[in-house]
Amino acid sequence: MSEKVKVTIDGITVDVEPGTSILNAARQIGGDIVPPAMCYYSKLEGSGGKCRTCLVKVSKGSEKDPRPMPKLVASCRTGVMDGMEVQNITSPEVIEARKGVVEILLINHPLDCPVCDQAGECHLQDLSYEHGVANTRYEFERRTFDRIDIGDKIQLHMTRCILCYRCVYVADQLTDSRQHGILGRGDASEISTYIEKAIDNDFSGNVIDVCPVGALTDRTFRFKNRVWFSKPVDAHRHCPTCKGKVTLWYKGEEVLRVTGRKDEFGEVEDFICNTCRFETKNTKDWVIEGPRQISHKSVISSNHYEMVPLPVIKQNPALMEANKIEFDRASKI
Amino acid sequence: MARKLLLEHINVPGINTFDVYRQNGGYRSVEKALKTMSPDAIVEEVKTSGLRGRGGAGFPTGMKWSFLAKPEGKERYLVCNADESEPGTFKDRYLMTYIPHLLIEGMIVSSFALGAKTSYIYVRGEMMPQIRILERAIAEAKNAGFLGKNILGSGYDLELYVQPGGGAYICGEETALIESLEGKRGNPRIKPPFPAISGVWACPTVVNNVETIAAVVPIINDGGEEYAKIGIGRSTGTKLISASGNLNKPGVYEIDLGVPVEEFLYSDEYCGGIANGKRLKAVVAGGSSVPILPANLILKTVNNEARLMSYESLSDGGFQSGSMLGSGGLIAFDEDQCIVRNTWNFARFYHHESCGQCSPCREGTGWMEKVLHRLEYGHGKMSDIDLLVDVAKKIEGNTICPLGDAAAWPVASAIRHFRDEFEWHVTNPKEAMERNYGLAKYADPLPKLEEVSQ
Repeated sequence: MSEKVKVTIDGITVDVEPGTSILNAARQIGGDIVPPAMCYYSKLEGSGGKCRTCLVKVSKGSEKDPRPMPKLVASCRTGVMDGMEVQNITSPEVIEARKGVVEILLINHPLDCPVCDQAGECHLQDLSYEHGVANTRYEFERRTFDRIDIGDKIQLHMTRCILCYRCVYVADQLTDSRQHGILGRGDASEISTYIEKAIDNDFSGNVIDVCPVGALTDRTFRFKNRVWFSKPVDAHRHCPTCKGKVTLWYKGEEVLRVTGRKDEFGEVEDFICNTCRFETKNTKDWVIEGPRQISHKSVISSNHYEMVPLPVIKQNPALMEANKIEFDRASKI
Repeated sequence: MARKLLLEHINVPGINTFDVYRQNGGYRSVEKALKTMSPDAIVEEVKTSGLRGRGGAGFPTGMKWSFLAKPEGKERYLVCNADESEPGTFKDRYLMTYIPHLLIEGMIVSSFALGAKTSYIYVRGEMMPQIRILERAIAEAKNAGFLGKNILGSGYDLELYVQPGGGAYICGEETALIESLEGKRGNPRIKPPFPAISGVWACPTVVNNVETIAAVVPIINDGGEEYAKIGIGRSTGTKLISASGNLNKPGVYEIDLGVPVEEFLYSDEYCGGIANGKRLKAVVAGGSSVPILPANLILKTVNNEARLMSYESLSDGGFQSGSMLGSGGLIAFDEDQCIVRNTWNFARFYHHESCGQCSPCREGTGWMEKVLHRLEYGHGKMSDIDLLVDVAKKIEGNTICPLGDAAAWPVASAIRHFRDEFEWHVTNPKEAMERNYGLAKYADPLPKLEEVSQ
């Protein structure tokens, strides 16, 4: 067991393993001080550092070398040092820089949330709601691409892409051959496949889960429903290729889509295979575990009753009874 | 006239061949280094010389070399960065074309100092003739026993390879260069780890500019102390300056660092003044990515001292009134040049060359280019000027590699110093399409600073 190092983020001290990134240390603390991350994905090695939304200020390098770092650093790729002091939401400089990054990410984003399947679970949506400004200063035509189908189950809508490279890392690290990648450079760079090649792999569907925006969408779910009208339920099945632990998204009796189990940072617990994701969409295929807990901040939980009743209900027997009936009805599948 | 170190024999006919180069004292430093010096002694000598990186950042070379990790059982590499693509800089190309053996000699000595058994010269893809020249020179040197196995009987082996790049500006950034050298997409890596710890194929690597490596030759020949006598302050030695623009004698000049800018621009020994008897309006002192300065600020610092061609003097005044020596690509603009158009042109370059990996640079450079295009073609608004400053501020310092800074600085500095001209483009769009703003007050003597009583 190695010595833990002490790091202070926005005045809150936490002991973490050496080698932890600032972002992960902040996630251990949790709450408002966690920097947003659009490109970092803890389960994908080498990801991060690209979107620059997680910039933080290191006001004290370490106990040994207390000099502050000269520039803002990407918290997802900067390791903690013993005695490091980091400022995130307490630094106006960081807030300003983050606002700039959000504005810049949005100048070429179509903002077609009303017709986007990702709306409701889109990281860019959350990010711009929390850190962005209401209007744009960009007065030029936005970059657009044609929609293409990369593989029979996945559609790529490059116009929405923020080039986080997560899907590239997924293909590199989960599948045996990568058929897609970044073409072109600068603001003309795009995700695409080799000419005439389709993505055809048992784990290719995971690119949909890791995509922070609506650039990669599930063709079996496109335009079926808004995510906040569907009900997430944890389920598992015996699967020979993956662990088979998924979240089913119900609308009434019907399973609309299957995804990995996403945590509060939008990262899946386990990657799932394409059979689980696309082929098994009947309740009888699955062993139901119970409703999926979604953060109460998420729009997805807005129409659902939580397991734990509100405090006002707890004190009123009549309301508690009504709540129980309503909850049973809501969670009945 | 000062003694030249790098370009001493540049006018000897046939100096690009091994025999002529050898007759003129070439490869002396290899003999001296391999036979009489230890690798650490060479690194010490380079440290003593105070040589600073000639590629733009000006980081002390000896220091960089001493940072190189030396783990057991791992190869170490030296990579020469010949991916010279900065608009306004063409010194490395000149050096490689006319005196390629100087670079190879420097590579052998530097590789020996660092303990590299394999070294690479990464040349920009457009420089195909230079690649051929270097390859021939390497073959000649190998034939004479200066490369390959057991060089000069010292037991030191070195293989030197020339690697053509794909012609991307970003591959001049050291980690992007390493990615490209490995055969991957030329995206800069996220630092740390620095190349000195994990570079080419995760092995410790030093990346140096062509001129830096060439400068190792005179340092070993004459000794570091002798080299450090040239120059001024912490800017030691000589520097190649690529002078271009509206000058009487544009070209590559080797200067002692510390020559006054005025002398460099106007003396007959160097650029010989502004072409066609016009007046100087502005100067980009170190390649397109450094801040542009108006004529009065390039000749004199804000304290009314003469500005010198040195790392310190050119950056005197910080970003408010200074610039940088950068890679030594001096571009002079006469009174008939349009600063708005030039800024747009630079922004266009950075937009085109951004790798697209991190968002501020990918999206911001395109945005700046579009706004500048609008200003230059008479559709601009007053608010565009502040918008540009703000976008530049949001790119600067928030990117993975320095390309974001390099794109932001020319725009921010042009607006800082030439705001009148930008505003004139907005208020007189029709006139701006037909004629240039002219010299205006940009060459006026600087106002006296007010004395602050202590």
